[in-house]
Amino acid sequence: MHALEKILAKASGQREVRPGDIVTVAVDVAGINDLYLQVLQSFREIGTPRVWDPSKVVFFLDHYAPAPTIKSAANQKEMREFAESQGIGGVFDVNTGVCHQVLMEAGLSRPGSVVVITDSHTTTHGALGAFGTGVGATDLAAILATGKTWMLVPEVLAFRIEGTLPHGVTAKDVILHIIGKLGADVATYKAVEYLGETVQAMPLSERMVLCNMAVEMGAKTAYIQPDTAVLEYVRSRAGEFEVFETDAGYRYAAEYIFDVGNLEPQVAIPHSIDNVVPVKAGGRKRIHQGLIGTCTGGRLEDIAVAASILAGKKVAPGTRLLIIPASTEVLMQAIDKGYIQTLLAAGATLSTPGCGPCLGTHLGVLAPGEACVTASSRNFPGRMGSTEAEVYVASPATVAASALAGYLCDPREWLSSTTFGEVKENGWDS
Amino acid sequence: MAGIVKGYVLRVGNNIDTDQIYPGRYLELTDPQEIGKHAMEGVDPFFLRRLKHPGILVGGKNFGCGSSREHAVITLIHAGFKAVIADSFARIFYRNAINLGLPAIICPGIAQQVEDGTYMEIDLYDGLIRIPGSDTEITVAKMPPYVMAILEKGGLVSYLRSASRIEK
Repeated sequence: MHALEKILAKASGQREVRPGDIVTVAVDVAGINDLYLQVLQSFREIGTPRVWDPSKVVFFLDHYAPAPTIKSAANQKEMREFAESQGIGGVFDVNTGVCHQVLMEAGLSRPGSVVVITDSHTTTHGALGAFGTGVGATDLAAILATGKTWMLVPEVLAFRIEGTLPHGVTAKDVILHIIGKLGADVATYKAVEYLGETVQAMPLSERMVLCNMAVEMGAKTAYIQPDTAVLEYVRSRAGEFEVFETDAGYRYAAEYIFDVGNLEPQVAIPHSIDNVVPVKAGGRKRIHQGLIGTCTGGRLEDIAVAASILAGKKVAPGTRLLIIPASTEVLMQAIDKGYIQTLLAAGATLSTPGCGPCLGTHLGVLAPGEACVTASSRNFPGRMGSTEAEVYVASPATVAASALAGYLCDPREWLSSTTFGEVKENGWDS
Repeated sequence: MAGIVKGYVLRVGNNIDTDQIYPGRYLELTDPQEIGKHAMEGVDPFFLRRLKHPGILVGGKNFGCGSSREHAVITLIHAGFKAVIADSFARIFYRNAINLGLPAIICPGIAQQVEDGTYMEIDLYDGLIRIPGSDTEITVAKMPPYVMAILEKGGLVSYLRSASRIEK
């Protein structure tokens, strides 16, 4: 069996499961974010008075952090009151950050566990060896009532990534390249595992990018076998857990091999995530806004590389650069290391840790005719505001370089002239 | 839910994502009738003007990709859609549709076989699409029994309530 199948077997109380089986699994973490008051409405309609286990339920007030409208404030208020009435202690309020980042920091995302959140990017938790998957409100309400959910055991696709990434090329470029080659629906209803020397060399932050973006090719979940460094991180924060490993000789549904030794920085151009070209082919597209943030591109390493590119320089006139750390912990570390001071001095705008303008709700939405280059994950029409705006998805380094230039720009043009060694200790250049 | 779903077709293209089905700026809404007013606004702000009668939405591949927002299904139901047929569906949208009692039918190539305004009947039990007044009859994969059981009850909430499936 695959490690993911072993997780589902254990969670469903079976010795063995196979792709195509429908199993009922016990959920270890059930997460609800502030877009989904519907969860509470459906839970009440089901008619169960109490949630099955308050210690396994968490709320994340992250998509509207802090509340921009009376309606979103009222939704958050109702969630806080529900949590209190049900004895749910796990409320990550507007002062904490994006659900996936804060769940990991709190030690609640663990190898071998089943993590289900009302957020499509729950695939991120595969970077820690968990089975993470996103669901809608009604599914989550049923979990609140029963502690369980049904799942079709997915086939597993192997993505074997080989080669040493060139300077200035990151996990985000790798995953954009893969999605560009295979399409936005290659993994629909399937699981994906990332393997190979390139992945093994990546720190946790980069592994999270690969797993996070798996949903952009339709995946139900993603997986990277945790290495020593990942397990050390988890042990420093979490309680007990069990690490599963895939049996030797496991047969994947399909295997794709990518050599990224000569990969260039990549960008997904409007309006589809599989519409991917090298940044250099982007034709110096004029950029009005850059975003470094979200569950995809708002970690310390992402802010570090932006600081290294922008140190002592200024964001281009007519361009704005938004910095929205994925969590308050990330923000505090970035302050400690001086990155925030550097970025603000360069003309960046800092906002509350959370989802920010990624989904077009607040904190920097786009006007008609504007173009944004973003370290987030989606460029659907209207995703970040006006349907007449354009969104270009790229790495944090590309975002920072583009904000500096004022046009879509290969970060390697700037990296050679910066004090790049400053951020090596954070894993960027490892 | 009746086993036969009837309505007039409205067609859209491939990779229609949940931001197009229901733009993020409306996510704070919780009243289903209000949510229903914004269906497909990301495709065309006036999309619902095309819908004069109960409708069947016909899409291409990867319909409903992107965010897990259940609003994307709620908006279609309350705008008056009785079913969605597409070449393929993104996973979370498909699950949400079934959970809320909206039949989501996989039928590769369907968009090439019908036009906007085509009146069709879908027999969910037999897995057949008929176009009255023509000889056209399209066979589609029948839904798994587990999925049909949820649809028959009108969604997951009623299914759980009706069958004492709550173990605790």
